[in-house]
Amino acid sequence: MSTPSAQLETTATTADTETDRQLATGAEIFIRSLEAEGVEYVFGHPGGAIISIYDEMHRIKPSFQHILVRHEQGGTHAAEGYAKATGKVGTVLVTSGPGATNTVTGIADAYMDSIPMVVFTGQVPTHLIGNDAFQECDTIGVTRSITKHSFLVRDVRELAATVKKAYHIASTGRPGPVVVDLPKDVLAARAPFHYPETTSIRGYSVVGKGNQEQVRKAAQMIAEAHRPLFYVGGGTIISGGSQKLTELARRTKIPVTTTLHGLGAFPETDPLSVGMLGMHGTYFANMAVQNTDLLIAVGARFDDRVTGKIEAWAPHARIIHIDIDPACISKNVPVDCPILGDVAQVLDQLDPLIEPAEHDEWLAQIDVWKRECPMDFRRDGKLRPQEVIRALRDHTRGEAVVVTDVGQNQMWGAQFYSYVHPRSHITSGGLGTMGFSLPAAMGAALGLRGQNRDVISINGDGGVMMNIQELGVAAAHGLPLKIVILNNGYLGMVRQWQELFHQERYSHTHLEPTNPDFVRLAEAFGCVGLRCTDPADIQDTIEAAWAVTDRPVVMEFRVVTEEKVFPMVPAGAATDNMITAQFSPEDCA
Amino acid sequence: MKATSTTETQTGAPTVPAPGFTPQQLFRKQAAGEALSPNGEDNVHRHVLTVLIDNTIGALNRVANLFSQRGFNLESVTVGEAKDPAHRRLTLVTTGNDRIIAQVLRQLSGLIDTIEVDDLTDEDHVERELCLVKVRCAAADRAALLAIVEVFRANVVNITPDSLTFEVTGPTAKVNAFIGVMKDYDLREVARSGRVAMRRRLAFEH
Ligand SMILES: Cc1ncc(C[n+]2csc(CCOP(=O)(O)OP(=O)(O)O)c2C)c(N)n1
Ligand SMILES: [Mg+2]
Repeated sequence: MSTPSAQLETTATTADTETDRQLATGAEIFIRSLEAEGVEYVFGHPGGAIISIYDEMHRIKPSFQHILVRHEQGGTHAAEGYAKATGKVGTVLVTSGPGATNTVTGIADAYMDSIPMVVFTGQVPTHLIGNDAFQECDTIGVTRSITKHSFLVRDVRELAATVKKAYHIASTGRPGPVVVDLPKDVLAARAPFHYPETTSIRGYSVVGKGNQEQVRKAAQMIAEAHRPLFYVGGGTIISGGSQKLTELARRTKIPVTTTLHGLGAFPETDPLSVGMLGMHGTYFANMAVQNTDLLIAVGARFDDRVTGKIEAWAPHARIIHIDIDPACISKNVPVDCPILGDVAQVLDQLDPLIEPAEHDEWLAQIDVWKRECPMDFRRDGKLRPQEVIRALRDHTRGEAVVVTDVGQNQMWGAQFYSYVHPRSHITSGGLGTMGFSLPAAMGAALGLRGQNRDVISINGDGGVMMNIQELGVAAAHGLPLKIVILNNGYLGMVRQWQELFHQERYSHTHLEPTNPDFVRLAEAFGCVGLRCTDPADIQDTIEAAWAVTDRPVVMEFRVVTEEKVFPMVPAGAATDNMITAQFSPEDCA
Repeated sequence: MKATSTTETQTGAPTVPAPGFTPQQLFRKQAAGEALSPNGEDNVHRHVLTVLIDNTIGALNRVANLFSQRGFNLESVTVGEAKDPAHRRLTLVTTGNDRIIAQVLRQLSGLIDTIEVDDLTDEDHVERELCLVKVRCAAADRAALLAIVEVFRANVVNITPDSLTFEVTGPTAKVNAFIGVMKDYDLREVARSGRVAMRRRLAFEH
């Protein structure tokens, strides 16, 4: 009697260990899922809640590369930079509690700028959730209003399918960040690994083509217009519609203005380009907007930095709005002809319905505005930031990927580089996050590795300090980043507002007393440091920087403190109410 | 550029558009449901929406959060299991002008958890609200009070020596009227369910 039962027991045990061997832990399933998703880089930082994932990574040697960032915020911006430069989804892995809260700024940034990113956060074991356990944070709650969607994985059997859904949601439609919260016990539990090939989500569908009737109406409006203008935003680049847009604009002779995120969607070297519009847009772009009779908004969202005083904006224009996000349509400005759809596909639909046209009078008027107030700067022997940007453009023939930070440096970077390729300009537009550029440039450089593209990071002396720790990471990976610091000794953009609108009360914007020696700082992180204080040396500095190919170079330019960003539409003013530069034309070459 | 003046002049009306708007600007204001004259009324209306969501953790939070995140009004929410236990049906009451309501609908549809969003306001629909009302009432006064609530077809759901609790169900206006009348007595407590609503004809498959 005892023998069969003993036998039974043994078989049971062997069967158990066998299935155990076939079953994978949540940590392994996680890694296998990222591999199956084709992830190239994981920007991560370990901690207790996700230590099992790091342990599995050590054992498995996964097909993706893990980049150990030095602050989780840096990790999120690196993932954003990677995503913006490549069009692929950025991946971040952090621990629970402080690891998760450190990603909040980057998640909010990605949400505002429609950047595809999946952030995996550790979480305390499910039975401790809600108990204020060590390093617990309600990550889903904290990130709810800054994510496209979020998941808390409660069962290891749902892990792989959830990863699949997360990447699908992040990358389709209007892209955005997705948070996946991973409790520690789920990572330890076992399940068979199966990565689904496809996923379908009940309440989520992605629009493609636009309504043909609306497209026809738009074509009719374009045919009737005398002073049409394309207003092109980042959605055009995301959808891969830049090429089509460029062809269409050239064929129909319709001038093009772009938003900050639209830079590169249409070559700024083309005579039809009027450059960037909005608060720090060109005089001629803003004048064109105020006088156009048909504004064709393509993947743009009528942001307040673009429209200024909204009632006064584009007062004569009928508006066509092509966008993939229904919530963007008529959010800020009601439009005459909304077309919901993927920009590239809608442009394809529109193309055959539009006849080539001439708008000579309109283009001549734009030329007058271009001559009235060109984009230029004073050349008086002092080191001006605009001259640095122009020199960088000339040196790279406009072919580099430029990642700017936030502030004056961002606006000069936008105004003076002349972007000709989509995805060649990366910045934090919606949230305006200081400290974005350095880690984002690092992510971009990793994403573009082996493609022989220069990546330039443009910073102010304020913002660069906000994620300076990532300099060591860029150095460790031998990334030949060209890091520019336009050191004006101030929180320059705030200083500009204080000068113009607060009677020169420079309250707490002076940085010189707390600024480090940037050259020595660069060297301490294993980078090359260069300093330039004279416009005569700009060229030599740039050449010296480009001679370095095995590590990052930091170029500090000591620029004129008083330099301001012009034109400028004061906040809340009508966009034709611009403050323009106050230098006389004789000063300009 | 100076904007051209108004499209049309109406006589003596408070709705004369503010001068200085182009036809395009007027079109946009109208499309947004905004007032055309500086002191005119914004066309704010109350809307009843039903929303079908997945019965998953956090789905209800996301819907509620949307209203605070986007600054929309939320007057009432009711939630309960739908026909299919995997879903829940919400009835939301919100206010806003046409532009804002359109935004509410688009934003709600944009949530990954929402399956259907329907604005019932201008559709043929039924609406009900349930309300519990507790009134302090001595035994001697009961009969008088019971006669009044009879008119509203309110049910007595509890009696204590010094109180009566009524249940009244009906359109919101009826509930309001009932509470109004009860205020003439020693009204102590009100608990309202918020509205639930449904189209009269078959609209949803769920
Ligand atoms: C994290 C964060 N804090 C504060 C601000 C507000 N802000 C916008 S621009 C700016 C000044 C930036 O100074 P700096 O980095 O030196 O750039 P500059 O304007 O001088 O080129 C500040 C403080 C911000 N955008 N982000
Ligand atoms: Mg500065």
